[in-house]
Amino acid sequence: MSTLTTGGTVGLGIRRLSASKEPDTSTKTYPELAILVDVSSCIGCKACEVACQQWHDTTPPLLTPEEVEKLGFVSYQSLPDLRHDLFMLMKFNEKDTEKGFVWFITKYQCMHCREPGCLIACPAPGAVIQYQNGVVDFDHSKCIGCKMCVVGCPFDVPRYDANNKPWKCNFCIDRVEAGLEPACAKTCPTNCLTFGLKEDMVEKGKKIVESLKKRGYENATLYDPPGVNGTGYIYVLPHGDHVKDYNLPENPRIDASIGLWKGPLKTIGSIAFWGTLLGVFLQLVLWGPIKVLGGKENKEEG
Amino acid sequence: MEVSRRGFLKLSAGSLGASVIGGLGFDLTQAHARVRELKITKAKVTKSICPYCSVSCGLLAYSLSDGAMNVKDRIIHIEGNPDDPINRGTLCPKGASLKDLINSPYKLKKPMYKPAGAKEWKEITWDEAIEKFARWVKDTRDRTFIHKDRAGRVVNRCDSIIWAVGSPLGNEEGWLMVKVGIALGLSARETQATI
Repeated sequence: MSTLTTGGTVGLGIRRLSASKEPDTSTKTYPELAILVDVSSCIGCKACEVACQQWHDTTPPLLTPEEVEKLGFVSYQSLPDLRHDLFMLMKFNEKDTEKGFVWFITKYQCMHCREPGCLIACPAPGAVIQYQNGVVDFDHSKCIGCKMCVVGCPFDVPRYDANNKPWKCNFCIDRVEAGLEPACAKTCPTNCLTFGLKEDMVEKGKKIVESLKKRGYENATLYDPPGVNGTGYIYVLPHGDHVKDYNLPENPRIDASIGLWKGPLKTIGSIAFWGTLLGVFLQLVLWGPIKVLGGKENKEEG
Repeated sequence: MEVSRRGFLKLSAGSLGASVIGGLGFDLTQAHARVRELKITKAKVTKSICPYCSVSCGLLAYSLSDGAMNVKDRIIHIEGNPDDPINRGTLCPKGASLKDLINSPYKLKKPMYKPAGAKEWKEITWDEAIEKFARWVKDTRDRTFIHKDRAGRVVNRCDSIIWAVGSPLGNEEGWLMVKVGIALGLSARETQATI
């Protein structure tokens, strides 16, 4: 397992910050990191889920039998969905396919898109950070709690807590910065999760896909969606024609309205706002205050 | 350094100008971030073995405190030991949740005894527990010891007791337990060392 994490340096370079200019990254660059999730060798033990909770000190509640009955929740999953205190969830799906019964397992968490929808949508400067190694993290001290990251996320990941702050997987950035691997990748007992440089992981994933194809899974694919410019978690899916059944979007892309809102509309709105203000000022200077006909004085007289 | 009135005004105008320029698009954002603090940076590392199954995965237990007499170490994190040849850093979900076992309020710390027919568990001392245990082993063995099987062969066997030895015991303790088991005539023995 590759232990090259920060490229031999302490600290991490920033690639992008939300609602800010791009920092100068010409002086030093850091290699991109990724976790390869080889679904074909996953046994669904949920050790990664436990390790995640242990490292982040979160304690999501257990569902009582009454709650399970009320939700109608029949699954091997721990909880029906991600929570603000549950950064990653093993999702299970059972289905009859043309190849017989298949148990679809997905490790579901923030995908660390290289083109992060949350960062592009976020209006608070510096609240969403993308490091040069591709990890996307939230800075709660700068978050304004507007929930735009939820709108922008193509994978529906950020969850808000009672303090109106979003939470998600942060790729164990504290561990990665210290030269350790993320908690989930460390604990995986079947070598299903491997952590390393993105290029190495893509190469390894392609090899696994090839060997799967030889073994009769001719639809096996490597899930690294180009719509978000690749992700930090890449998946080897043995049944690549059932991406939906893995609870993953087939072609995730950032909502076009966000690009519009952050791009031309922002400029137009800005021009309109300052133009109005300037107009008001010019009006005051050139013509003086507006004399309202039938104003206060007239009313009093009447 | 003496600052004249004129110099002071110049200086303040200059700094004001600098801040205005900074606000007008010069990139003052930092290129490096202070990432989240690693919570185990100042922790003490203790190597240990997972108590659950007989695979005996190696653990690293991270605890806080400097070990002074008046403080008790608090385990803040447990993860796999990468140097252990058995698990090489990995852990199963049970092993990965060991921090919660250690810090659990329901963790057993003293021997508990529930007499036949009683509803409540009661706490007993280790001496009492060992004495009771020895008595039961002796009584059971006396009652069910098989000297000869049906064909008349000498077997000296005690089949009514099973010896399951905990996973953290290594070769030497396992050897000792097996010796005691053989002396008692137990045939159902299992130890971590699988002797």
